[in-house]
Amino acid sequence: MLRRPGASLSSGPSVVVPVNHSSVATLFDREVVTSRQSRGLEQFFAYVRGQVGLSILDFAGASQENINFITNLGHRLYSEDFVRSLDDVFGDEDPNDQTNQGLIDQFLRQMLNFEKDQFDGVLVWDVLQYLTPPLLTATLEKLSTIVRPQGYLLAYFHADEKARQVPFYSFRIKDQQTLVLAQRGTRQPAQIFNNRSLEKLFQKFESVKFFLTREQLREVIVRR
Amino acid sequence: MSIFNKRQEEVPPAPRPAATPPSNPIEVKKEATPLSSTPFKTPEPPDSTRGQASIGKAVKINGQIYSKEDLYVDGDVEGTIELQDHRLTIGPNGKVHSSVKAREVVVLGNIQGNVDASDKLEIRKDARLVGDIKTARIIIEDGAYFKGSIDIVKPEPARSSPSAPPRPQSAPAPAANAQGVAVAAEVKR
Repeated sequence: MLRRPGASLSSGPSVVVPVNHSSVATLFDREVVTSRQSRGLEQFFAYVRGQVGLSILDFAGASQENINFITNLGHRLYSEDFVRSLDDVFGDEDPNDQTNQGLIDQFLRQMLNFEKDQFDGVLVWDVLQYLTPPLLTATLEKLSTIVRPQGYLLAYFHADEKARQVPFYSFRIKDQQTLVLAQRGTRQPAQIFNNRSLEKLFQKFESVKFFLTREQLREVIVRR
Repeated sequence: MSIFNKRQEEVPPAPRPAATPPSNPIEVKKEATPLSSTPFKTPEPPDSTRGQASIGKAVKINGQIYSKEDLYVDGDVEGTIELQDHRLTIGPNGKVHSSVKAREVVVLGNIQGNVDASDKLEIRKDARLVGDIKTARIIIEDGAYFKGSIDIVKPEPARSSPSAPPRPQSAPAPAANAQGVAVAAEVKR
C-alpha cells in the first residue's frame, strides 16, 4: 500500500538544504530532504569515470541534478520514473496485481523496452524492493539483457527486516559521493532482502559487492 | 419579450456633433475595465510585436510546420515542427505528437516525439515529454515528467579565423553545379 503525505509533493521547485549526514529537513510540510554519503555511488562512478559517451539508465525519473551530473561526465542519460510507471500499470493499492502476467509484460514493454546490451550502467536505486517475486524475476531478467557484459547496476535495499513501511525517495546526485534524498512518501516493500538473499537474487550476474552503511540501507553494486 | 426585441428598443445614440478641434487638449481616459474581459492566462502568451506566430488551443494541425519566426503552440499538432534559429513554445494546452527542431524549445504542455534544440530546452513544471532529446543545455523543473534519452551536444566553438586554410591543389574543393548540388571534381594527370 502506498501512502503519500501530500498530493503535491513534487510540485514546485524543491529547495534542497544541505544538511549533515542522515539529518532530516522538512520544507514547507511538503518534501523531506536529506543528504547522505554513498560509497556505492562513488564506486559506480569510479567504474565509469575516465570514459565518455557511455549510456546510463536512471530509474529515479528526470531531475536537474542527475541530468547535470551524468551529462557533464560526457555520458548519455536515459531517464525513467520506475515507480511512477509501476503505479501506472499495476495501480498503487494492491501489490498482488504484480503477479498478473499480462500486466508484467505490459510493464516491461513500457519500462524496459531497450535493445540488448544498450546500457553501460543502470542506477536502479531502491525500486527492486517494491516488486513481488514474479515481477522482480522478470525485471532482473530484462535488466540482464539490456546491460552490456561488464556493465554495472547500483541498487539500494532497506535492511530493516521488521519495517512495514519504508521511506520512498527520489535520488538526486549532488556529487560523486553525495546523494540528496527527497522523500516522496512511504511504501510497503514487497520483499526485504539480506545479504544472502541478495546474492541469490543476482546469481546470474558476475559479481555482487555490498557496502555497509550506518543507516538501514544496503548499497549493492552488481556487475553483469 | 425576447432579448432581440429588447435590443431594438434601445435608445439610439444621440447624433455626434461635428468634429471641431478642442480649444484645450482633453486627456483621454481609458476605461477602468477593458471591453474584452475574457480571462486568458498563459505563462507566456504570444506577443505579436515580437514576431511570434501562434497556434491557438482550439486548432489542430496534421502535417509539417516550418517557421522562420518564433512559434507558440497551444493546440494539437501531429507531424513535424521545424524552426530555424527560432524559439518554439508549447503552451500548457499544447499537445504535440511530432518531432521538433528549433534553436530553443520551451515545454509547458505535452510533447510525444524527439526534440532537437540546438541551444536550450526547458521542461517546465507539469509539462510532459516522452521522446529523445538532443540539446546543448537542458532545464527541467520539479514536477515535470520526462521519459527518454538526453544527449548533450556542445555547440562547436567559433573559428578564430574566418578564412579556411588553403587546400592542396591535388584535392580541390567540391564545386557547385547550376542546381546548387555539390560535386567533386576529379583531377587526372
